[in-house]
Amino acid sequence: MKSAPFEYVAPSTIGDALQILAENDPDEVKLMAGGQSLMPLLNMRLARPELVLDLGRIADLDYIRETEGGVAIGAMATKRAVEESDLIRQQHPLFWESTVAIGHPQIRNRGTVGGSMAQADPASEYPAAAIALGAEVVAQGASGERVIAAEDFFVTYLTTALEPGEILTEVRIPRLPAGTGWAFDEVARRHGDFAIVGAVATLALEGGVIRDPRLVIFGAADRALRMSSAEEDLQGQSASDETFDAVAPAIAAAIEDPLGDVHASEEYRRHLAVVLGGRVLRAAAGRAGAGA
Amino acid sequence: MTAIREHILRVTVNGEVCESRIDPRMNLADYLREELRLTATHVGCEHGVCGICNVLVDGRAVRSCLMLAVQAEGREIRTVEGLAEGGKLHPIQEAFIEEHGLQCGFCTGGFMMAVCELLENNASPSEAEIKDVVGGQICRCTGYNAILRAVHTAAAKMGAGGSSAAE
Repeated sequence: MKSAPFEYVAPSTIGDALQILAENDPDEVKLMAGGQSLMPLLNMRLARPELVLDLGRIADLDYIRETEGGVAIGAMATKRAVEESDLIRQQHPLFWESTVAIGHPQIRNRGTVGGSMAQADPASEYPAAAIALGAEVVAQGASGERVIAAEDFFVTYLTTALEPGEILTEVRIPRLPAGTGWAFDEVARRHGDFAIVGAVATLALEGGVIRDPRLVIFGAADRALRMSSAEEDLQGQSASDETFDAVAPAIAAAIEDPLGDVHASEEYRRHLAVVLGGRVLRAAAGRAGAGA
Repeated sequence: MTAIREHILRVTVNGEVCESRIDPRMNLADYLREELRLTATHVGCEHGVCGICNVLVDGRAVRSCLMLAVQAEGREIRTVEGLAEGGKLHPIQEAFIEEHGLQCGFCTGGFMMAVCELLENNASPSEAEIKDVVGGQICRCTGYNAILRAVHTAAAKMGAGGSSAAE
């Protein structure tokens, strides 16, 4: 349980970090953010990089800023900073609830927003919340900056759309339109454990009719999955138990290749996706409306 | 900028400035135990699950097995050894003893440092806030009810003016 040897560098600017990344074989470098996923991998020697490039000294990446459309969160902002941000808690309550569901306070004290997004663990809360909220990810590379929709960012297990040589620098979360209802829920063996399955929903109601529903399931497959077919079924329907029950087959079918392991079978994960999906849709509808 | 295999670390531990030459792969827990011989920080799972190795870094409880010692450069670290002052136990330590919040004691340091962060920032935490913090550590013999009682007692002692009110 001791890491294999590596070299270590902690640049203080994103420019220096990009240059170091460019000068080294990308397969031999591991970027470290808060280290709450990478350190266990190093300790167990599941990762044996030549070089650990620590982004934690880049002060320019540690911020939570209100923008015209919502909020911009620097990649090195800790989950604890998000948890303690009045701006997030009041204006982005779904992202706040996703944050406090992550691990424990002692983990959130070091774990970062950018780290979780780039790690892309299928059971991770942030990717699901980011997709549901229509967030964007900013990546910087040698050739400049590009903005990637969260929905296109998560490819499969621990794999994102980041290219070798790119660094995730910011997550942009748009403010939900006024009156949009939202909900987050997950099932874990114990408080603070990785979720077995979780669900996130947002939707608006116009005279009891569902508008712009979004439903994302995480922990059930190789990445957080948007339930597009269920969303289409919900659009324009009245927010009733019958409507929410009727999308169960669409949710089950969208989990094409469910995860199965010692914690939960494939069947149980698919079952949880349906149950939690229905639960967050109902809860989001309950919150939707004037002043929600 | 060049990468370096051996690193000079300057860090403040329990108020004392320490300087060491270390291998960057050394985690903070091993640094405290092996370089500084501060062995009250115990090491359990070494992958962030058990919480027994918690220390305070700039006032925040963190897993010292999930932080490299080199990352502590310029930071202020507090360990269990830094809780008692002038031979007088910290109110949290007194409360754990009084409420039987420990049995074998292996995990106790990790609990106390997590509780220390909580109570130094929140004089009257709610039951939910206490459980969120206590739930970050694993105890396999005492049982959590006694630990929760110890946190309440510690909060009362600290709220009443610290260890002087403990008698």
